[in-house]
Amino acid sequence: MRKKSMRLPAVLAALMLTLACAAPALAADGYDYTYTYNYDYWGELRESPDAYRVSRVIGSQELGLDTPMKAPQSLFVAGSELYVCDTGNNRILQLHREGGAFSLVRIIDEVRGAQPPTFNAPYDIFVDGAGQMYVCDQNNNRIVKMDRDANHIMSFVKPTDETFNQSLSFLPVKLVVDVAGRVFALCKNVNRGLVKYEADGEFTGFIGASEARFNWYDYIWKLLSTKEQRAQQANFVPTEYENICMDPDGFIFATIATFDEGDIESTKPIRRINAIGADILIRNAQEIPMGDLDWDSASEVSGPSRLVDVTVLDNGIYIAIDRVRGRLFGYDTQGHMLWAFGGPGGSDGYFKRPTAVEHMDYDLLVLDQQECSITLFTPTEYGRLIYEATENYLKGFYEESAALWERVLADNGNYDLAYIGIGRALLREDQYRDAMRCFEIARDAKDYGEALRLYRKEWVEDNVSWIFPLILVLLVGPLVIGGVRRMRAEVNGR
Amino acid sequence: MTNTSRGVSGRYPWLARYLETLRYALHVIVRPFDGFWDLSREKRGSIAAANTIIALALITRVLKLQYTSFQFLVVHWETVNVVREMLSILLPLLIWCCANWCWTTLFDGKGSFRDVYMGMGYSITPYVLLQLPMILLSNVFTVKEGAFYYVLDAVSLLWCAGLFIAAMMQIHDFSLGKTILFTIMSLFGMLIIVFLLLLFFSLLSDAAAYFVSLYREILFRLN
Repeated sequence: MRKKSMRLPAVLAALMLTLACAAPALAADGYDYTYTYNYDYWGELRESPDAYRVSRVIGSQELGLDTPMKAPQSLFVAGSELYVCDTGNNRILQLHREGGAFSLVRIIDEVRGAQPPTFNAPYDIFVDGAGQMYVCDQNNNRIVKMDRDANHIMSFVKPTDETFNQSLSFLPVKLVVDVAGRVFALCKNVNRGLVKYEADGEFTGFIGASEARFNWYDYIWKLLSTKEQRAQQANFVPTEYENICMDPDGFIFATIATFDEGDIESTKPIRRINAIGADILIRNAQEIPMGDLDWDSASEVSGPSRLVDVTVLDNGIYIAIDRVRGRLFGYDTQGHMLWAFGGPGGSDGYFKRPTAVEHMDYDLLVLDQQECSITLFTPTEYGRLIYEATENYLKGFYEESAALWERVLADNGNYDLAYIGIGRALLREDQYRDAMRCFEIARDAKDYGEALRLYRKEWVEDNVSWIFPLILVLLVGPLVIGGVRRMRAEVNGR
Repeated sequence: MTNTSRGVSGRYPWLARYLETLRYALHVIVRPFDGFWDLSREKRGSIAAANTIIALALITRVLKLQYTSFQFLVVHWETVNVVREMLSILLPLLIWCCANWCWTTLFDGKGSFRDVYMGMGYSITPYVLLQLPMILLSNVFTVKEGAFYYVLDAVSLLWCAGLFIAAMMQIHDFSLGKTILFTIMSLFGMLIIVFLLLLFFSLLSDAAAYFVSLYREILFRLN
């Protein structure tokens, strides 16, 4: 409920502030203090220091392109090379990063030896370790595989298998390739999951179809309606994925952006799909990873976040981008939100219609299809501390991670994960009472229970010298008193 | 009876009577049918004792919010109003007594409003008796052992509910079926009372607003 609550007084107060200062979120130093935030236990938004800052915005002009980019759809990073699918111009740009600067290496607009040789709406690109490129050439109904010099190797085309609905045209949108060269493609109008090809181009079925969902109300309604009425109603169809990406462990991360507001919890907008198509994303946080918890409405935005892309860092932390409010959300491997930042708008660090997010080490690259620009974000010291602490913790270096979490807390006292991290380190050092205090601040009942159990054991062991006699006295005392009374009564002859 | 209490009862008979009726609550909760029958008919209960038990229940409620371990009860203090927490128990109880008395007095109920109130007061005794130690226990149990806590929590409420029913039966001399029927009717009656109260206050504030604006208008014209 609290996600949708409108907090009228807060809204009114904000409105008055807006009227009073004309530039609401900006402080006296012109800096937006609510740009980066996180959610507390109650799902309330808490401002935090910036985890990332804009380092550079790369546009067509800066790259010296003769024809400016047009509706670019996708990014791919391989080492220090950045590939951009300039979908509207039917070409792929390869950029090279040198320090903070990007320069154009080449424009790929032709596949030598392919028929036809040009692209028609290339929606996504994947580059494997050997430099071979795979491109979703959507309107040519094919996935092109080419070598590093853009010579055609092979094409993956519409499966002739009868499990693929032959009346549909083959419109690949996104793709990933695993280490064995298997291709997983997300296709428009296909709701049976990802189309899977072996390395030799053979279609071997679908993987990871998201289950068809329905609610009881619709189901009963359908039971009651006639055949004709039923034909008119929408079918219960599985939701299509919005985007996919390959994580360092070879699992496929997928996002889902089409769902009803009320179904967000059951939809699970971010998923991690294993080889048999099961969702194995860990969701140990209070709320599942789904972007914003507080769906504040403004003139053009409302409802939940629609996550259109996700990228996974080498340490397993994943970052998703929301189309509705132009925000980025970082999550650790347990599903806790690390930070959120961004917003809709035209200035640096804000987006109009973000379509893709990629990473180079810890730096993030965001593609805006309307602005036709790529924004490079680099982590601040605060952002780095969070990463280092998380990594140390995952590796089992609890003391080191606690020291780093202390520094995070110095920057942001509202950071619950830091308290949990410190608490766990204390727990391992057998400082149960202090650990309990940390867990209580973060309201982490599970860890608190563990600390309490150990503390309780220790306490009983320390105090057994008087607890045991006390229990003895409490048990034996009444018996003795009763006996004495009875004897006295007998003596008195009553 | 021991010497000391005889002495106290000699000096302060009202205190002895009060303590006696309060202690009777412990008898009522384990022998509800006998207990509630004698409560008013044998004058073994008192309004003072019922008031005390209700006051204790209100205090228990607030103590529970403050001192229960966060493992079992997470309180968002920014939204908590202690007075409202107390009223959330007290008001439904009072409205219930009104609604119940209204119905039963029309349908052969033997109890007066006083008896109904007293019955309600005595029947929430287990809430106080169980919830108070549970506050301590919640700080000793871990969340994994939470089952104990939740069972006790459920027991304390179910026990009260059972006593509620028994009290209704014995005070009004109803059969079980009739009691359940009147429980439902009383709940319905509560809704009506709440509706009337809201209507009343809404009209009252409208009327007040009318006179205030009339007064302002006159002032405005005079100036």
